[in-house]
Amino acid sequence: MIQDQLLLLDGLRAGDEAAFATLVRLHGPAMLRVAQLYVRSRAVAEEVVQDAWIGVLDGVGRFEGRSSLKTWIFRILANKAKTRAAREARTIPFSTLDPGEPAVDPDRFRGPEDRYPGHWASPPSSLPEERLLESETLSLVEREIDKLPPAQALVVTMRDVEGFDSEEVCNALDISETNQRVLLHRARSKLRNALEDYMNAA
Amino acid sequence: MQPEAGLSCAEVVELVTDYLEGRLPPEERRRFDEHVSGCDGCVAYLEQMRATIATAGRLRETELPPELEERVLLSFRDWRSPG
Repeated sequence: MIQDQLLLLDGLRAGDEAAFATLVRLHGPAMLRVAQLYVRSRAVAEEVVQDAWIGVLDGVGRFEGRSSLKTWIFRILANKAKTRAAREARTIPFSTLDPGEPAVDPDRFRGPEDRYPGHWASPPSSLPEERLLESETLSLVEREIDKLPPAQALVVTMRDVEGFDSEEVCNALDISETNQRVLLHRARSKLRNALEDYMNAA
Repeated sequence: MQPEAGLSCAEVVELVTDYLEGRLPPEERRRFDEHVSGCDGCVAYLEQMRATIATAGRLRETELPPELEERVLLSFRDWRSPG
């Protein structure tokens, strides 16, 4: 894996189109998904992806390898997307200083006067595997991610949809590990709630 | 049911991400494990959370729209030999 990265980096520096195309195919789909969370319009997101690749090509001579090539590419993407979003008067607040909502509706737990306060009053049950696999369920999750505050949508998309690790997300978005974890927690909790409601409604 | 100093379910659901991220301090991790090992509701909650994460992972797309890939490759050729 690391060896592959070095080969691709060498290829990129040498202006080798095959190496460039490999990187575009490897990271392009995630870049497009992430860009769309900043700018919302598909056409503009595609331009952002294209700009980011130009930025990668222009900057590769200065890339020092302090982060992985992937992280560096997504830093460039995030910066291009942020600049473009600012032009549309959109900014993404990453602050998590507000207390946030509870992960689960407090009514689902027993009250303070109960013998077991804070324990489940209506406990969850397992989500049926076959329904989780339905395409309607996937669409629901996609819609619910879109409804999240943008910083939460970005973090959960990079972590859980695209499979980045927390360090990659922190470095690409320039946020602290704690900040990343709080955003991930809020996002996952809301998605879980939505999935559970959806399954219970049917 | 729970020992006096045990976590409540309402506390567990707020610690789930730290737990899954391996970020709970050892003592809290011990209390978390102790609670979950005796609580079916929290076992189901953890399972739901894992199912949520797995479902999100299935949204991943592995291909770029061909026309975008083509445009990016064209800009590469322009970049390599400008003019």
